[in-house]
Amino acid sequence: MGKNNAGFLWLLKMAWRDGKASYGKLLLFVFSITLGVAAVVSVHSFSRLLKENIALQSKSLLGADYVIESDRPVNDKVQGIMDSLGGSDAKEINFLSMAAFPGNNGTKLMEVRGVEGGFPFYGDLETNPSSAKTSFKAGGALVDATTMLQLNLKKGDSIKLGAVTLPIAGALENVPGSTSVFGAIAPPVMIPFQFIQTTGLVQTGSRIEYKYYFKADEGQDMALLSEKVEPVLDAEDADLDTHLSEARRLGRRYENFGKFLNLVGFIALLLGCVGIASGMGIYVQMKVKSIAVLKCLGASKKQSYLIFFVQIACMGIVGGLLGTIIGYGLQQLFPVLLGDLIPVEVDMALSLQSIVLGLSLGLAMSVLFALYPLMKTLYVSPLQALRVVQETQTRSKRATLLVGFGIISFVFGFSYWLLDDSLRSFFFVVGLLVVFLILTAVARLFMAMLKRFFPYSWGFVPRQSLKNLFRPQNQTLVLVLAIGIGTFLISTLYFTKDMLLEKAAIEDSANSANMILMDIQSQQVEDVSNTIEASGMPVIDKISIVTMRVETLNGKYVEDIRKDTTSQVGRWILNHEFRVTYRDSLIGSEKVIEGKWVNNFNSDKDIPISVSSDFANMAKVTIGDPVSFNVQGRIMNTVVQSIREVDWSRLQPNFSVVFPSGVLENAPQFSVMTLRTPNDDSSAKLQQKLVSDFPNVSILDLKRILELLEDILAKIGWIINFMAFFSIFVGVAVLMGAIYSSKHQRVKQGALLRTLGAKTFQILKMIAIEYTILGFLGALMGVVLAVLGSTLLAWMLFDTTFVPSVIPFAIILPAITFLVFALGVGNSVGIVRNSPLAVLKKEKE
Amino acid sequence: MSKILKVQNLSKTYRSGEHDLNVLNNVSFDVDKGQSFAIVGSSGSGKTTLLGLCAGLDTTDDGEIWLCGESLSGLNEDGRAVLRNQNVGFVFQDFQLLPTLTALENVIVPLELRGVKNASDHGRELLEKVGLLNRAEHYPSQLSGGEQQRVALARAFSNKPSILFADEPTGNLDDDTGARIEELLFELNKEQGTALVIVTHDLELAKKTDKSIRLRSGKIEETIG
Repeated sequence: MGKNNAGFLWLLKMAWRDGKASYGKLLLFVFSITLGVAAVVSVHSFSRLLKENIALQSKSLLGADYVIESDRPVNDKVQGIMDSLGGSDAKEINFLSMAAFPGNNGTKLMEVRGVEGGFPFYGDLETNPSSAKTSFKAGGALVDATTMLQLNLKKGDSIKLGAVTLPIAGALENVPGSTSVFGAIAPPVMIPFQFIQTTGLVQTGSRIEYKYYFKADEGQDMALLSEKVEPVLDAEDADLDTHLSEARRLGRRYENFGKFLNLVGFIALLLGCVGIASGMGIYVQMKVKSIAVLKCLGASKKQSYLIFFVQIACMGIVGGLLGTIIGYGLQQLFPVLLGDLIPVEVDMALSLQSIVLGLSLGLAMSVLFALYPLMKTLYVSPLQALRVVQETQTRSKRATLLVGFGIISFVFGFSYWLLDDSLRSFFFVVGLLVVFLILTAVARLFMAMLKRFFPYSWGFVPRQSLKNLFRPQNQTLVLVLAIGIGTFLISTLYFTKDMLLEKAAIEDSANSANMILMDIQSQQVEDVSNTIEASGMPVIDKISIVTMRVETLNGKYVEDIRKDTTSQVGRWILNHEFRVTYRDSLIGSEKVIEGKWVNNFNSDKDIPISVSSDFANMAKVTIGDPVSFNVQGRIMNTVVQSIREVDWSRLQPNFSVVFPSGVLENAPQFSVMTLRTPNDDSSAKLQQKLVSDFPNVSILDLKRILELLEDILAKIGWIINFMAFFSIFVGVAVLMGAIYSSKHQRVKQGALLRTLGAKTFQILKMIAIEYTILGFLGALMGVVLAVLGSTLLAWMLFDTTFVPSVIPFAIILPAITFLVFALGVGNSVGIVRNSPLAVLKKEKE
Repeated sequence: MSKILKVQNLSKTYRSGEHDLNVLNNVSFDVDKGQSFAIVGSSGSGKTTLLGLCAGLDTTDDGEIWLCGESLSGLNEDGRAVLRNQNVGFVFQDFQLLPTLTALENVIVPLELRGVKNASDHGRELLEKVGLLNRAEHYPSQLSGGEQQRVALARAFSNKPSILFADEPTGNLDDDTGARIEELLFELNKEQGTALVIVTHDLELAKKTDKSIRLRSGKIEETIG
């Protein structure tokens, strides 16, 4: 027996004929895909555009083609290299210092930049007035525009930097290479290079950066330059930054955030797909008779399957296309939401890659998730056209396993594409599976328990509502999944943000510091201390700091380690100038995890030191390993005696290397002091006094930093919440789809109940109770899972104890429950609008 | 006269919960080409099951069926589907029009499955024959019961079947409409030389056929004609 002759065109025709009559239902499925694709496309496209724009504008981000920088004056060898490169085209010295504004007694920690030459060669030095960018070179200062506004400064006012007082030539609106986040802690002030020495601020302990800017010849190969020059510079404690490496570094910084947002968008898409799978199940169930008739008329199993497969594929393509268009619109919002956290102007454009991504995601995800419900069509017996048939098989186990494997592989593959890390992708998929499985298990358990312990003594209306939760073709599972995942995402993000802020928060106790004074010279320690105490504020801590560099690790010189291409030692260890302290006890932000803490040392043997776990990991050292340091020309041999875990997120001075008491007391050093100011007024007065008496001392106001951190987290939180709300929107679409899919059954049930005497109010109450329970169960599970997830995060990532805030329980849970209730009831009003006779007559026809 | 349908020692058992339900037991009969044939019996006698098995909608447990010269046990589901498409027409008690297709689209599905060109023209001719050309673009929900059954008849005869199976074709219709449908059914049967197998409990309808069998508890109780 041969095949029938209907080809692919007939399948398309049938898919179209059937689809146009069911477009209402299909449209809701399309909507679910659309929102999910929009979320992924918008984030992906924006991340890619940001990276591209950073690369395009890399020269103006650096202000030059490349920069050689060092944290000490360059030696002859580095100078020789620079000369061989044709000499620098511009140079800069920068450091942090307190600036005083005599006109209004204001003070502020600023980044002082002394510039000489034609910097910037690319990008613009934006000033107000614009003439100030050249006029300041004659002996003026360009002060950060926001600081000018905050301190009510105007052109012509004075700024005092150490021993130098200069007139303000204008407001500095933009400097190539300055990041807004750092700029908010220490905003820039630009002065002519020749005034730097006369400020008197270049002293021991000051963190000073020497920068030499170069303009490359046309076509000069930056990679080749890095390859040749960088190893030599490294050996001399200098560094080369090309515009390309700067773009890569900036790109990486934003890439991680982009990856995280992409995953959030991807979860929204997955949620939409769960909705499609569930909706498709109901859709196919409704089509069983039609499929049976088609088979009676001679359609093969494959043909009847493909008719619906084509419909799904078309829905996927349409959803993907619409999602791409909406995603393009959405990405325009990102610069607004992120504000000045992004370093470049992003030129928004819709790329072919985004269109391909949107279309292929829409198609692949909808088809993959619809395969399982569609399998049912294969097993519909043509006998169903004649009579009700007890289905013996609805899906083959092998095919079910294959579809499951296909979905998991695709999710893993896509996550890997986003994250470029197989282990993280694996954990993402496992985490997602666990959340899905827990929600599924809870929904199924809930239905089973409801059946088992059904409250038969309750009134008719609540009993009917509860029965609807486990009747055939119920929506309990899909709605608990959709609502649960959405709530889980929003609540987890809320808890995480809370944890981050909690960790950074300054303890509100009398003996915890809220101000740090840095760069105090040895001879100033007593006077600074007296000044503070005279203002009625006790000094909480005096910390002595000695700067040093690593000389040898396990007996191997750093120069040799640098040359060893197989070495795993981090460059930070080899190149960094460490700020080391000495003390006889541990502080609150650290604990010994290996070895033994040594309080005091007084011997000629190797000095027992304590290193942080990060230092130990990067230097590849462990207990008993020898490390020698170069302390301003003198070599000190030490041995790692303990390894500490340090909580770097605490706003207080923490150290990678700590010496015991009794060793460094006489080394050249400077100090840091911490203190607590009772209020803003006394803080401002003390700052004025300190800046006037000790101009080299830098003051970090921790309260301001915390405010800044809150501001940054709020901005990031905005965009994360925005994406999380997308999951809720998708959840709403899934919810509407579920309501719509079961509407036919509900209309019939409502009509029959009304025929039997039920009032409209009773039917609406039934629906209201059902959706309130579903909303509450889904949202509660979401919040509970978020608490569990956040506890894990707190334990594994943040190393803190997690105390959940009440907000998700008090606001998110009731809000989502109400949303589900309102949508459920709102969409069901139509059920009671038609007369029972009309409904039943239509049903009969 | 050659046989269009031959049923030999047919038995069918369904499992109902813990028990086996013997629906058909050792049934044998045959239908000639162009012959009209009725299967009568009370509810639960097994007549619809017999019709389903004869049309290849289900598989037998025991016995053999030859439809249009082909042994159904030698064909898989898709093979039986092709056989149906090329040789069999159906009329159901509850019409079973595809609700998402218009009247014309319903009529031409069997033709399209065979790859017939100009299927729409042929479909319109058939709709004209059943008096519904003016309702060609209407959906089933926009048609009355009688109209739906006339569309179903047009669909059943669209592929010029050798045999047509009708399951209670007038069971859901009022007397007048039912009579009009019966008339059409026999008219088309004569006109196209299609064998007609009707399942009914309407004895008056059964009397109009060339031959009939009466089923009781899955067994042939009586053969008439």
